[in-house]
Amino acid sequence: MGMLVSLRDWIDARFPLTQMWEEHLSKYYAPKNFNFWYFFGSLALLVLVIQIITGIFLTMNYKPDATQAFASVEYIMRDVDWGWLIRYMHSTGASAFFIVVYLHMFRGLLYGSYKGPRELIWLFGMMIYLALMAEAFFGYLLPWGQMSYWGAQVIVSLFGAIPGIGDSLSLWIRGDYVISDVTLNRFFALHVIAVPLVLLVLVVMHILALHEVGSNNPDGVEIKKNKDENGIPKDGIPFHPYYTVKDIVGVVVFLMFFSFVIFFVPEGGGYFLESPNFEPADPLKTPPHIAPVWYFTPYYAMLRAITFDIGPLSSKFLGVIVMGAAVVILFFLPWLDRSPVKSIRYRGPIYKIMLGLFVAAFVMLGYLGTQAPTDIKTMFAQLGTAVYFAFFLLMPIYSKIDPTKPVPERVTGGH
Amino acid sequence: MSGDGVDTSKRRFLIAATTVVGGVGAVYTAVPFVASWLPSERAKAAGAPVEADFSKLESGQMMRVQWRGKPVWVLKRTEDMLQALPTLDDRLRDPNSLEPQQPPYCQNTDRSIKPEILVMVGICTHLGCSPSFVPEALPQPFDPEWKGGFHCPCHGSKFDLAGRVFKGVPAPLNMVVPPYKYISETQVMVGVGEDEGAA
Amino acid sequence: MKKQLLAVLLLVVPMLALASSEDVHLDKANIDPTNKESLQRGARTFVNYCMGCHSAKYQRYNRLARDLHISEDEVMQNLMFTGEKIGDHMDIAMQRSDAKNWFGAAPPDLTLVARVRGVNWLYTYLRSFYRDDSRPFGVNNQVFHNVGMPNVLWELQGIQEPTYETVTDEDGHEHKVLEGIELKEAGEQSPAEFDRTVRDLVNFLAYMGEPIKQQRMALGVKVLLFLLVFFVVAYLLKKEYWKDVH
Repeated sequence: MGMLVSLRDWIDARFPLTQMWEEHLSKYYAPKNFNFWYFFGSLALLVLVIQIITGIFLTMNYKPDATQAFASVEYIMRDVDWGWLIRYMHSTGASAFFIVVYLHMFRGLLYGSYKGPRELIWLFGMMIYLALMAEAFFGYLLPWGQMSYWGAQVIVSLFGAIPGIGDSLSLWIRGDYVISDVTLNRFFALHVIAVPLVLLVLVVMHILALHEVGSNNPDGVEIKKNKDENGIPKDGIPFHPYYTVKDIVGVVVFLMFFSFVIFFVPEGGGYFLESPNFEPADPLKTPPHIAPVWYFTPYYAMLRAITFDIGPLSSKFLGVIVMGAAVVILFFLPWLDRSPVKSIRYRGPIYKIMLGLFVAAFVMLGYLGTQAPTDIKTMFAQLGTAVYFAFFLLMPIYSKIDPTKPVPERVTGGH
Repeated sequence: MSGDGVDTSKRRFLIAATTVVGGVGAVYTAVPFVASWLPSERAKAAGAPVEADFSKLESGQMMRVQWRGKPVWVLKRTEDMLQALPTLDDRLRDPNSLEPQQPPYCQNTDRSIKPEILVMVGICTHLGCSPSFVPEALPQPFDPEWKGGFHCPCHGSKFDLAGRVFKGVPAPLNMVVPPYKYISETQVMVGVGEDEGAA
Repeated sequence: MKKQLLAVLLLVVPMLALASSEDVHLDKANIDPTNKESLQRGARTFVNYCMGCHSAKYQRYNRLARDLHISEDEVMQNLMFTGEKIGDHMDIAMQRSDAKNWFGAAPPDLTLVARVRGVNWLYTYLRSFYRDDSRPFGVNNQVFHNVGMPNVLWELQGIQEPTYETVTDEDGHEHKVLEGIELKEAGEQSPAEFDRTVRDLVNFLAYMGEPIKQQRMALGVKVLLFLLVFFVVAYLLKKEYWKDVH
């Protein structure tokens, strides 16, 4: 034991090991009233680690070549010892990542975690969300199945909608006149190295920004306003051991759901591994039904909902604009929300209704994105898009006029 | 937070229990990843036994097949070649093939199942080059008393016509005889032994 | 929170009414992946009737032997006809370019077809051929309209004939529409026997799509049980520490 202590001291004289341990774990005081919604940050970190490790091992046997990619995935599934497990962990992990991240973001909406002084945490988080969508998009081409190929074809050609530079841009992204081996190879490089590095950096910034200000909580009360004689927040508890121990439970429960999918329903009812993707890519045959993976479908529904031109702007271009705006508008949330109160617990009925409608619209749009368009479905998609944007665009007004309840001085709950 | 009334021994026990269960889980999770490095079914299929048909081989001639990425020689030895073998014993490092470089059924002077056919992996036991076939029993620059055998061009190791290594050369061991068996009068299967399954 | 729930319900319920229905009714395949004899019969049917045109190029013979509990010798004698090695893939000699010329479309590789189409689709498709003299091979298929494939199993099934009904559309035009198909000439097998043959074949196709499936599920049970134990221990640990927090 004494040897370990001397080793630690030797390191501390040369590297801020104990300092980091205390600053971020044993002396990082987090509010004691974290609830269910506060598990998803650590779970997102866990899924990131899972994706990196399983991804590395997949790269050991995957071949990023249009003539070999599909077969190399089947090689992993059949010939590599335990390859099937590593593959299913990675495909399930991709969907798990978005489920966890969407719930993590929703927590932000519930408790006003994006409001000052935490705007930068929110912005870093939004950049992580963008990077994650790019990572998933690049990764999905790699199995080189029918859905991989045609999904990429459709999405890259969206860039062609941009007036003037559109076609050149699509050509530059693809590196070829259609999605081809050239595209596959560069998407491989982006998916395996470039975007993961960006993600890691952003996650570090996200956590550093959080620890600089301190965590929010379900009551939206700033715990740093009430400190004891030692300067420790009265409603704070050290992250380690209390939240390390609680997060272990969260991890185990998550792993139960994760394992259930991997071992019993890895295809996720056709939503995690889509059946057309078990056919190799055929540039001459388009599948009857192209849809992006489930986590993109809300935005896909918005894209298709715009069926009308406005002057010289084509509906295709407007659809792209609307789809992009739907993501970009999230960046502005800290400044759209004028409520003096952070948490939904102390907000009025208007916000609760708007948030409920927003969630319902998002889910409905997600469902509609998986379906072939019909007149009625397009109408509902347009309605959903309007509700989605109304949540943000009307927020400066309704968040101000919404009656609020008095916010307590100290947190409620927490045991 | 309360300081007293903390059941330290219970905490220690629960920490230990969680660590043990978690540790077991971590090991079980690591196994598939480590095991994924074992030879895949494709590698095992490619490494499967290989047939060698020597029906066209003339006396004193050598042919080569590939097994597990390595050259395997099949040499039809003449009577003279076979008779010269015992005369070399005192110049050899391991004349009786005591080192496990051959299957038990090839631990004899000729290092083969039938004397006239030698089946051997054509790789020098020094650093892995493939030696040259020098069958003529004539003086050579590397050995004035040469009775025929193999000479490795990389660092000068010498082996006789049963693959046995000479003294005084860098290679430490006799050349490897792989497991093999006769499947007909003129065919051997390299990679499967008489006594066992595939290597 | 109640208002949010109401909002969600008001929007979700009408959506369900919009859900589209299947075009063709599919029969249930009812395969039993644990039935080794069924899989063995299916393997034999596949090799004898399908591998003339369709490869299964991701499936190795020795894997089949191991999973279906057949000895490698038996596999070599009964399922391998062109000098392949036991570790080889179930590939065929026909080149895709030739196949495209001869058949119009190259017969696809079938290793993964069960994961693409589903077992019920395959089971129904293989039993839904009917006589149609307008087609190159003299047959059409109720599930896969104008399919390019002949009915390779016709000797076992017999010949099915279509029945048509006349339908008037909005413009007042009359169309002949396929109503159903009926067995008109008996084959070597009774309908019940033929259903079993196709069920066995589909069972084998499902196996080939994912050979590891049974082991995966068995392992899953053990993993979940382990996690349950882990949960109990971790939860007790959490509860113990959180006694500190009032």
